[in-house]
Amino acid sequence: MSGPLAQTPTTDEFIKGLWRDNPVFVQVLGMCPALAVSNTARNALAMGLATSFVLLMSNAVVSSLRHFIPKQVRIATYILVIATFVTVVDYAIQAVSLELHKALGAFISLIVVNCLILGRAEAFASKNGLGRSTMDALGMGLGFTVALFALGAVREMLGSGTFFGFPLFHENFQPWIVMILPSGGFFTLAGWLLVFNVRAQRRERAAALDEEALR
Amino acid sequence: MSDTPLWSIFVNACLINNFVLAYFLGLCPFLGVSGKLATATRMGGAVTFVMLVSSVCAFGIQQLLTAIDAPYLRLISFIAVIASTVQLVEMFIKKVSPALFRALGIFLPLITTNCAILGLALFQTNKGYDFAQCLAYALGAGAGFTLALVLMAGLREKLELAEVPDVVQGTALSLVLAGILSIAFMGFAGLGG
Repeated sequence: MSGPLAQTPTTDEFIKGLWRDNPVFVQVLGMCPALAVSNTARNALAMGLATSFVLLMSNAVVSSLRHFIPKQVRIATYILVIATFVTVVDYAIQAVSLELHKALGAFISLIVVNCLILGRAEAFASKNGLGRSTMDALGMGLGFTVALFALGAVREMLGSGTFFGFPLFHENFQPWIVMILPSGGFFTLAGWLLVFNVRAQRRERAAALDEEALR
Repeated sequence: MSDTPLWSIFVNACLINNFVLAYFLGLCPFLGVSGKLATATRMGGAVTFVMLVSSVCAFGIQQLLTAIDAPYLRLISFIAVIASTVQLVEMFIKKVSPALFRALGIFLPLITTNCAILGLALFQTNKGYDFAQCLAYALGAGAGFTLALVLMAGLREKLELAEVPDVVQGTALSLVLAGILSIAFMGFAGLGG
């Protein structure tokens, strides 16, 4: 942590990524991995954690080096930093669980081009101190993981009738095959976006009503 | 080395395992640039070109890294080469055709973070394609990307005329469309392996 930081702003950075500016559902960033590996809850969770780790490390490094990186080559530098940590994660997952590594496939390497990570490095870590950047990365990473998990859980429950591999329904349940296929990913994300849109609209309407009442 | 025939690689990358609709690669430009038919076509062309160039480069790098036995450098060197290729293409287009350069605008540099390009480089290495097969794969992937983009743009232009509830408008609607397109592309699955 760099110097004393006020409690409120730091906590705010954390909450912001988790809910109000949720990377997947509100900002619609980093969707390629979000859709590609969210066919089971387990894969989604692993992918979310891997991305969070890369995000946390790259945000920390970028934020501590922000005074030394020349403006002209900053994007290239960020990408190199991110690529290094992704390689670390790639080899770590391969060592821990080969099965998981096979299931996630090339999508671990593709964390490099996740717009979420580069976006946070450019928009936040390059302008803020280590403490705030870490909190921002934690919040965003957790938000990304939760979103991925929400997608994966819905797709696994409907698509194979299981949750983390345990059967949920009676054996007569006919799984919706389409949900574990690519198109199911699109539909599930569309559904979640719809939920968030409805909520946003309700809140806007409530705010408008409040304003009228005040007048 | 695999000995799959070239046409089969092309059809496979273009239709059966379409990069956008089956692998979810390159979704950002797919959703961002597919508003107008003309821009979608140009974007498809640019991406195909970058795919071809970076596929050739990735093939060379892979040979080099195998020779010096350093596979852990693969990801870093791929992304560095793709970034510089895009920069090169950008300068080239700016010099040769300023009109096209202006038309593509911000989308050109953004190709760097298009996961379809890096995905292509990684997949072709994992599959162990030789040089000609890499070219066929890159062409097929590019054609598939362009096809998906153009189809999507056509659908969205038609949809402008339809009445849609407020809540669904925007990304949610595009995603439902993409889902339906993806189901349509599943029909190609019988064509080959």
